[in-house]
Parts: sequence; structure tokens; C-alpha cells
Amino acid sequence: MNTVGPVIRRRNDVAGGALIGYLPVGFPTFDESVEAAVSIVENGVDIIELGLPYSDPVMDGPVIQAATQQALANGFRLADGFEAVRRITERVDAPVLIMTYWNPVVQYGVDRFADDLAAAGGAGLITPDLIPDEAAEWIAASERTGLDRVFLAAPTSSDARIRQAVDSSRGFVYAVSTMGITGARSDVDRAARTLVERLTAADAPASCVGVGISTAAQVAEVLEYAEGAIVGSALVNALATGGVAAVGELAAELARGTRAE
Amino acid sequence: MALRAQTGPYFGDFGGRFVPESLVAALDELGEAYDLAKLDPAFGAELAELGRSYTGRPSIITEVPRFAAHAGGARVILKREDLNHTGSHKINNVLGQALLTKRIGKTRVIAETGAGQHGVATATAAALFGLDCVIYMGEVDTERQALNVARMRLLGAEVIAVASGSRTLKDAINDAMRDWVTNVETTNYIFGTVAGPHPFPEMVRDFQKIIGEEARQQVIDLTGGLPTAVAACVGGGSNSIGIFHAFLDDADVALYGFEAGGDGVETERHAATITKGRPGVLHGARSYMLQDEDGQTIESHSISAGLDYPGVGPEHSWLSAIGRAEYRPVTDDAAMQALRLLTRTEGIIPAIESAHALAGALELGRELGPEATILVNLSGRGDKDMDTAARYFELYDQENAE
Repeated sequence: MNTVGPVIRRRNDVAGGALIGYLPVGFPTFDESVEAAVSIVENGVDIIELGLPYSDPVMDGPVIQAATQQALANGFRLADGFEAVRRITERVDAPVLIMTYWNPVVQYGVDRFADDLAAAGGAGLITPDLIPDEAAEWIAASERTGLDRVFLAAPTSSDARIRQAVDSSRGFVYAVSTMGITGARSDVDRAARTLVERLTAADAPASCVGVGISTAAQVAEVLEYAEGAIVGSALVNALATGGVAAVGELAAELARGTRAE
Repeated sequence: MALRAQTGPYFGDFGGRFVPESLVAALDELGEAYDLAKLDPAFGAELAELGRSYTGRPSIITEVPRFAAHAGGARVILKREDLNHTGSHKINNVLGQALLTKRIGKTRVIAETGAGQHGVATATAAALFGLDCVIYMGEVDTERQALNVARMRLLGAEVIAVASGSRTLKDAINDAMRDWVTNVETTNYIFGTVAGPHPFPEMVRDFQKIIGEEARQQVIDLTGGLPTAVAACVGGGSNSIGIFHAFLDDADVALYGFEAGGDGVETERHAATITKGRPGVLHGARSYMLQDEDGQTIESHSISAGLDYPGVGPEHSWLSAIGRAEYRPVTDDAAMQALRLLTRTEGIIPAIESAHALAGALELGRELGPEATILVNLSGRGDKDMDTAARYFELYDQENAE
């Protein structure tokens, strides 16, 4: 199974760290979303975070909401998510994590979801509205299948919850850089640095920082202290305004931020 | 264990906290503040005094014999939450949560609203306590409840019309949660119903259970016994849990929740969550919800903005699962006919939400017969619904109709 841990370690050995790129399945169309994911890998993104469109995405800002609503209006079905993983992993070596709100997994069946994701070549799940406290079934299914599971840590998380996120995650812990929803910000909050320090002190094997990162300079800044930088809304915006070519160009630009000093 | 003793985070298989990690600290803080407040006699005393001197508690009960003549001869008694300050039961919860906001030292409150009743109540409490207030309301609802939008603005609240998704209550909750994630250090989320993540279902229930506690004694004083049945409308479920709770361990008292049946539960246009939904995770809790095969939330439909919600509080899902309460749908038309009937027979104009409970009581009375006593929660008054009612019953002069 192509999990994310080895990729993050390798990128931290040979470069500043890993670049993780988010794109939703089915936006602007299913085929273009696959092409866009392939393109950002070919342009230097190390790990794909593939979002499944959902009707009530409480962690998402306006750019991603607009994209996923369009994907839903275009008729997105859960099965498309597995098909997208299959097509992307056939063409590029980067691990593909699915980012999904929890109810679609519950309705599909947690074990069935894990089996189908593993069969499609997926690396695991990022679960923005599932905290480890509620995740017993998913932890069991991911242990069984070997899938990565990425939980979130926030600047407001207590020390006990930081430790729980570290202990429950496999692959990396998603450090939410700033208090807020997804969307590009002009400065990545200093809280991110403190949060990653706390995760490291709790023996996190890897912390990747997301929410608000949109430029190569921000990627470079985050990689000074974290093992990975996650870019979402900026890529989705590039795809929305300039298509596959534009999102590839932005990925190449962002990848410059991963180069070792 | 007594059913009344049930607390969160879980009600059987339902409830929990399915939220972004960014909100957990705020939910913990709120839950801890609430647990301390429960033990603090000063908090209870302050809330009770606000109830007495501000809300107008206890609310009265009114027996409605001319209405009851259409209900198979059963006695029908209304619990008059419509007479509360701001016009509905929502104020009970809001005053409790506003007091908690002060205790945790936050200066800004946000709330979601459907019909506008919870928004008006929150804006009212914000004015009373000097808090900044932002209300999220679906764009569709701002149009059909324009009067309440004006009320909230007059009270000093900012009203944000939510244009995402179905542009109704569920999307207002999404945007309020996004605001809370972003501004959690200064902001408390005054949630309006018994849904959402722990501690909201338990806390909102506790602030609303005074309805049933008062009514239980009032009915005993009036009739010499407990009612045969208790009826309430169910959207998220706050007024219904409020009146049910005191009766949960009275095994002889039947509890009926009436969901919004919209155009009919055989159509796709309804909000009958327990009747037609299945368990899932929405807005932070596991409960019944309207969803498609993939777990995407299905948009609900109801003539009543306050019931137009595809989810329901987890305690209701539990009460349904264990058979303690029964949930039935009432169509838009049945509710509107009951609204007009109560108005014409008793001179009381109910909210369209509450009219669902009245329509349900008419049905129950015919089933239970003349020996039955039915307690109905009249959760709100109908002033806000005059435009909807005028159009429904063609009450406007023709030239003014457009």
C-alpha cells in the first residue's frame, strides 16, 4: 500500500518537506478533476488530498464550497471518488488521501469504504469532522486494511487532545494553522508554529500544516518547522479560473517552496 | 434509570460530537461552564428571576373547548408559550445561554435561525446583556419571515442572509459553525434547538424543560390528573423535548411529536425526519436525518420555516427508538387548517409551527375519544406568519396581493 509516511520522510531528507495538494473530485468535471490531480503531481506536489463533495461542509471556505457544490450539482456520487483514486494512482506514484466529511462514510459502511478505498489504491482518509473520540470503527477498519488516518489538531486543542491526535493518527497529523475555515490568507498564523512544536513534543512522527497557505513563500516558511504544507483553496481557485494548465503552473510555483535551503 | 435522568453526550445510539477539532475546546468550555452553573444556586436563581420578570413565566394554560369540539370531544389544553416575551418558547433557552456567555467572559454571540424566532430571542437577549450579535438566516427564510428580520435589526443584531446550499436553516447552521470555528475566542454560539454536538442537546433541553414542569402541575391542578397525551411540533425538537421531559417517566402519558409533512410524506417535499429518514451524522450529532443513499443531506420542505430542517435532536431519535414517544407527520394543509380553526374558535392565532401540533391533536382526539385530555404545546404565536397565512387563505385585497 502506498501510504504517506515514507513519502513525507523522503521529502524531508532530500528537500524542505512535503507539499500536499487538495482538489475536489468532480470539479469542474470528473475527467478534469482527474487531469488536475495528475497535473499537480507532475508539477511537484508530493501527496494528493482528494476531497469528496458533501452537502454540509462546515470546515470549508467559499472557494471550496463553490467547487464542491458545483460537483454535486453535476451529479457527483461516492463511487466517483474511488474511480478517481484508481485513475490517478494508475498514472502517478503520489499517494492519494481522501478528505471526506463523516456521514458519507457512515452511510457507505465504514468497513466497506475502507475496503473499496484500499482496493482503488488509496492511501487513507483525512476526516475533518471526525475526532478520535468518535472514531473507534474507523480506527479498527484502518488497522485492518493498513490505511492511513489523519486527524486534526488545532491551536486551541488541549495537551491531552494533542496527544490523542498524535496517538490516533497514522501518516501525519493535520495541524490547522489558524482558527478558521479553509481559504487563502495573506499570512499564515504564528499559532501554526507553536502548534507544530506541541505536536513534535508529543512525538508526532509528522505534522503537516494546512488552512490559509497559498504561496511558495508560505510553503517554505511552514516547512521550516513542519514536515509538510497543505494547499487547498489556492489550487481550487486556479483550477476554477484557469483550468488544468493554471493549476499545474501554480503547483510548480508552490513546489519551489519545498526546496532545501 | 429514570428516562429523565438521561444526559449527553449519548442518548442510546444517538448524539455525540462530530465536529472539527477546532470546536472541541469551545464545546468543552461551554459544557464545563454549564456543569458548574447547574450546581450554582445563584445561576438558577438569576435565570428563574429573568423568567419571572422578563419572559413572563410561568406561562398559563388555556383550555380550548370550542376547538376541542373538532377533536372527537377530547379535552384540549394549550400550554401558552406563545405569550412569552418575544412570542415563543425560544426565549427560555436563549436567556440561559446568554447568562452562560457572560460567565465564560465572551462578548459576542452568534445564532442560526429558521423562522426567526430563535434569532429574535437571541437578538433580544443580546440587547438585554449588551452583547454583539450576529444572526445567520437562510436567504429563503429572510424572504418568508421578513418581519422577524426587521425585528432582529431593530434589536441591534446583524442579520446575514445565507445563500449557500438550500438557503434555509441547515445552511444557516453551517455558516454559524464556520463563524464559530473562526471567532471561537470571542464568540459563543447560542444554539437554538436540541440538535448539534454535545452539550447542546442536553443543555437546551434543560433550559426548555420548564415548559413541561409547569404544565404537568397546571394540568393536575386543573383536571385532577395527568393528561392522556402530550402533543408538540418537532423541527429540531426544542419545544417538544421541553414539554415532553417532565412526563418521560409517567408511563401512562403518551407523547406525540408532529413533524412537518409538507406536501405529504409520500412526496419528496417534507421535513418528516424521523418518519422518513434514517440515522446519520449532521451538524455534530448522530441522529435521524433526511439523506440520500450517499449520505448527502436532502433538502427539507415545509410551509413552516421553523420546522424546515432535515435533522432532529438525538434525544428524540432515542425516544423514538425505545418507543417512548411516537412521531407522526402533519401536512402543510392540515397545519394551516388547524391554524385557522384555533383562530376562529378561540381567538388565538398560533405560529404555523405550533399549528402542526394542533392538527396532530385534532387527529389524536378523534383516536382517543372524549375521555382523553390532550396537552398541546402552543410554542409560538402567529404574528410572524400573517403574510404566509394571508396568501394561503387569500386574505389580501386582490389589488394588494402582488
